[in-house]
Amino acid sequence: MNLTVNGKKTAVADKESLSVSELLDELNVEDVLYVTVELNGDILERGNFDGTLVRDGDEVEFLYFMGGGRG
Amino acid sequence: MMLTEEQIERYQRHIALKEVGGKGQRKLLDGRVLIIGAGGLGAPAALYLAAAGVGMLGLVDGDRVDLTNLQRQIIHFTPDIGRRKVDSAREKLAAINPEIKINAYHQWVHAGNIAGIIRDYDFVIDGTDNFAAKFLINDACVLAGIPYSHAGILRFDGQTITIRPGESACYRCIFPAPPPPDAIPTCSQAGVIGVLPGVIGMIQATEAVKFLLGKGDLLTGRLLIYNALRMSFDEVTIKKNPKCPLCGEAPVIRELRDEAGAVVPCDLVKK
Repeated sequence: MNLTVNGKKTAVADKESLSVSELLDELNVEDVLYVTVELNGDILERGNFDGTLVRDGDEVEFLYFMGGGRG
Repeated sequence: MMLTEEQIERYQRHIALKEVGGKGQRKLLDGRVLIIGAGGLGAPAALYLAAAGVGMLGLVDGDRVDLTNLQRQIIHFTPDIGRRKVDSAREKLAAINPEIKINAYHQWVHAGNIAGIIRDYDFVIDGTDNFAAKFLINDACVLAGIPYSHAGILRFDGQTITIRPGESACYRCIFPAPPPPDAIPTCSQAGVIGVLPGVIGMIQATEAVKFLLGKGDLLTGRLLIYNALRMSFDEVTIKKNPKCPLCGEAPVIRELRDEAGAVVPCDLVKK
């Protein structure tokens, strides 16, 4: 299936759908414990990563914590 | 109040803009912006806001200037090493623009003091370097209904979003809770390219100016993600999250509390 991941067209696994957890694994997403996942414009609850499916054409954004600034 | 002749001259390049004019400059002069963190992000933001004639600037920082700060915190100079950051910053701001009022708070923000500080301001800039402070600032501004600019930086990356409490997504809409302490590297561990906070801090200052003027579109509902190596700006649309623990449909955070590590320990032991 083809997804848009962080704004880029990305071919992912030869399957009809994947759970968000499987997708994180498939794409080797960094900081998987802390990443925020937005699917088609909605922020997902972490507890729903296993039960939420991504399908062909979906738009996925991975958002990361960024600190820094003062120190 | 009318602008003086000197003000008309000082702010001529603003007044020449149809979006600003004398009226807009008056709004800036009547504006009150609080900058939390007088470091990488706060330094450029404060310098430009002072130059712009924002009438009252508050600076909050409990730290002192250190040699490692000078690579990017351009409001502090080499002879300032060891001085309180807020004093060093205030001096530069007053030299740029003697007619603005500058309030210096040599302290760290915590759940007990932040509400009393932010309430005197129209807009807040988060220029802090730790998640405890970032979440606290978000909570305090959202609960008090004060718009603010969030930003974070690391290595060559920065991200920023403006929050209009109740109207647009807040920081907790994206990240419901802070990461565990030490889960995410700090700039001192991972490094940060010196020009990066300049770019992001000035975006934050731009938001403050636009908010005071009431012109343009604020960076609300959009997380702007900047990468200096690729020189790319990406935007991710962020909707208000109905499950947000602070501003969602069933909020569980109703009062301020410090997240773990909120009191910066080095402040207690180092000085």
